[in-house]
Amino acid sequence: MSDLKAVPKAIAGPSNFLDERLGGANALKRNLRKIFPDHWSFLLGEIALYSFVILLLTGTFLTLWFKPSMMEIAYDGSYAPLKGVMMSEAYASSLEISFDVRGGLLIRQMHHWAALLFVAGMMVHMLRVFFTGAYRKPREINWIIGILLLTLALAEGLTGYSLPDDLLSGAGLRITEGVAISLPIVGTYITFFLFGGEYPGEDVISRFYSLHILLIPGILLALVTAHMVLMWVQKHTQMPGKGRTNKNVVGAPFYPAFMAKAGAYFLFTLAVVAGLATFAQINPIWLFGPYTPADISAGSQPDWYMGFLEGSLRLMPPWEINLFGTAQAGTLPLSVIIPALLPLGIIMTGLALYPFLERWVTGDNREHHVADRPRNNPHRTSIGMSAITFYGVLWLLGANDEIAANFHISLNWTTYAGRVLIFVAPALAYLITYRVCLGLQRSDQAIISHGVESGVIKRLPHGEFIEVHTPPSEDIEAHMRGKEAVPMLPVAEDPSGIPPKGMRGPVGKLRGRMSKAYGGEKIPLDDGHGHGHEEEHAAIGTGSGSGDDDRSITH
Amino acid sequence: MTRITAWRRHPLARYAVLILALALVGMVYAAFVQAGKPADAALAAGKVDDVAAGRSLFEKHCMSCHGTNAQGTTTAPTLIGVGAAAVDFQMSTGRMPAGAPGPQAPRKPLPEWVNEEKIRQISAYVQSLGGGPQVPGHEQVDPKLGDAAKGGELFRANCIQCHNWAGAGGALTQGKYAPNLNESTPTQIYEAMVTGPQAMPVFNDTTITPEEKRSMIAYITQVREQRDPGGFGLGRIGPVTEGLVAWVVGIAALCLAAIWITAKKRQKS
Repeated sequence: MSDLKAVPKAIAGPSNFLDERLGGANALKRNLRKIFPDHWSFLLGEIALYSFVILLLTGTFLTLWFKPSMMEIAYDGSYAPLKGVMMSEAYASSLEISFDVRGGLLIRQMHHWAALLFVAGMMVHMLRVFFTGAYRKPREINWIIGILLLTLALAEGLTGYSLPDDLLSGAGLRITEGVAISLPIVGTYITFFLFGGEYPGEDVISRFYSLHILLIPGILLALVTAHMVLMWVQKHTQMPGKGRTNKNVVGAPFYPAFMAKAGAYFLFTLAVVAGLATFAQINPIWLFGPYTPADISAGSQPDWYMGFLEGSLRLMPPWEINLFGTAQAGTLPLSVIIPALLPLGIIMTGLALYPFLERWVTGDNREHHVADRPRNNPHRTSIGMSAITFYGVLWLLGANDEIAANFHISLNWTTYAGRVLIFVAPALAYLITYRVCLGLQRSDQAIISHGVESGVIKRLPHGEFIEVHTPPSEDIEAHMRGKEAVPMLPVAEDPSGIPPKGMRGPVGKLRGRMSKAYGGEKIPLDDGHGHGHEEEHAAIGTGSGSGDDDRSITH
Repeated sequence: MTRITAWRRHPLARYAVLILALALVGMVYAAFVQAGKPADAALAAGKVDDVAAGRSLFEKHCMSCHGTNAQGTTTAPTLIGVGAAAVDFQMSTGRMPAGAPGPQAPRKPLPEWVNEEKIRQISAYVQSLGGGPQVPGHEQVDPKLGDAAKGGELFRANCIQCHNWAGAGGALTQGKYAPNLNESTPTQIYEAMVTGPQAMPVFNDTTITPEEKRSMIAYITQVREQRDPGGFGLGRIGPVTEGLVAWVVGIAALCLAAIWITAKKRQKS
């Protein structure tokens, strides 16, 4: 038996050799036992991570055939309806990948599907972090890195979308140019610099190519690494539950449990990407045809993650200002600048600043390693839902032509409705979410103080029927009791009616008011009025001997 | 607990019920839609002088909107000079006689009395009023005689801004739309180009020659018959359905996988 415990020589030799030179054994031992908490939503970020890995691999495959050149050539590949058509080498080589390279179409489609899932994965991950308050101290920097990653992913998507030089990429490129040229004063310079002269020029594909395969993925890779290292060092947040505190992490060790899960999840992601690429056609560039600035198609849309920008452009009334009343002195095209920059600015800046704004309002400087349940910070959850609605209206309006065509609604009315909804819907979402959160808190309160409905109806001696309530299971109760009141600044005025220091000026007063609204306990878990319902409580607490008998009725 | 009770209380039971209910609603709806479709029945018709027969058909079916002498009314345009091609297009696609008023007359199944002969007769009558484009001959619209690549360039330059790159159709203003080209016959495509029905502009023979029109028909028919090499075509309307699939299939599947991977073993009760 002792033989089994000894490390085989073939392993021991090289490991010793490496350890004596690299000294990795200790670090490895410590890190392999790193504990990861378990919750399904903690895996969402991995969708983005694994999609990124797939993107790097499939992207490398594509570079072997893609020619980033805008040289005009006559098509001579195997797709008959384009035979002899003049097109750029970039488009011709994309067609070659699709039709003449073995496995090329599959890899191209995997690359595109993975790109859609990459951004979608980042977004659901970000929402999870937001709604659970996992961005709070000490993780604000990692949050900002995440925002940077998302922004870069959008840029990476935009450049990649433009590379095949088909009619749709051209339409996207044209809008990019339109936005760039709309910027006051610097617009024309930026556009000429970007396109190497008049649009579309002959440089933009090769420039976007360098950005798309070298610069942006390089930065992405570096930031992803930083994101992971920080997560590793700061440890993952955990959901509130039995035995979970701000000072521990309850879960499974990285090796073997979490590694197996993460590995399996990579395979799931790969399966979904490969499955979609096999069964669902994406970006059929041969149908779009080559790009010429003269052509534009109905249904020209960006990929989904740019849809909200498309929507805001479509929503915008045609406002523009001619300086000094004449177009010669310069035009300020508000109809482009506002929709192109404002929603993006609101969403990205809002996201980046939120942890700091929240800290400013709550005055909460503690470290947090236990996540909030979304209902327990109703204002944060409402703000998040409101932002989702704002984004969602813009996103939906980005597809308003398809909505109008397929559901037989007037295109004009989709725009009018969007112009109202963009203001009304977020407000409504805020109110509704806030009420829902409070309702859910009340339901928690009811479970803690009254127990869970057991489904058993009991008739009392005097004829009244009651439903027997049983105490919640330990896990659930611990999960609910993880609730913490949202911190609040010391806003109380002193006896002479003077607010505390720092809450006096107009900004201070606003801060105090916001803190009072945002913070505090709205629905305490133990409401203390449970004593009035002794019958209902029959099964709860000590001394209720009848509880067990009651439960036996069901069996 | 009996086994059936256990099934009923299974955590997946509610989803199963939901899916069953949705399927049931869908089937009932489909059954009603089927029942609503009028049966196809062709009427036999005797040989008469086309123009005269056309006039009498016109009086029966068209006059109430297009006026006693096809001069047009406030509800419908004049038919003088629109030509036989316009009548053939409108009637063979079921757009005329129009059903309910709306921003645009949709393509629909032909009414029972409409058949090739009746269309020819009404066409002859309208042609007799003031001339106009004629119904093209078979050779004029034969896709096999066209050059698809050349036609594709013309199609992209002239048609896709409304009809979409694959002829999937698209929205226009105020409830109008460019229909998809999947069901249009080569003749109908040709007629639409020369007559400009509804919101569509006219592409006359000096703008696009008859040979070029034939090439465009070749491109349209070739592309729509093509099997999508990349899997399901998702309606060929581009990134909107792709994004929808990425979320509804991709992210949903991965969320389910995550829930599955992190699921705890159910405690036996």
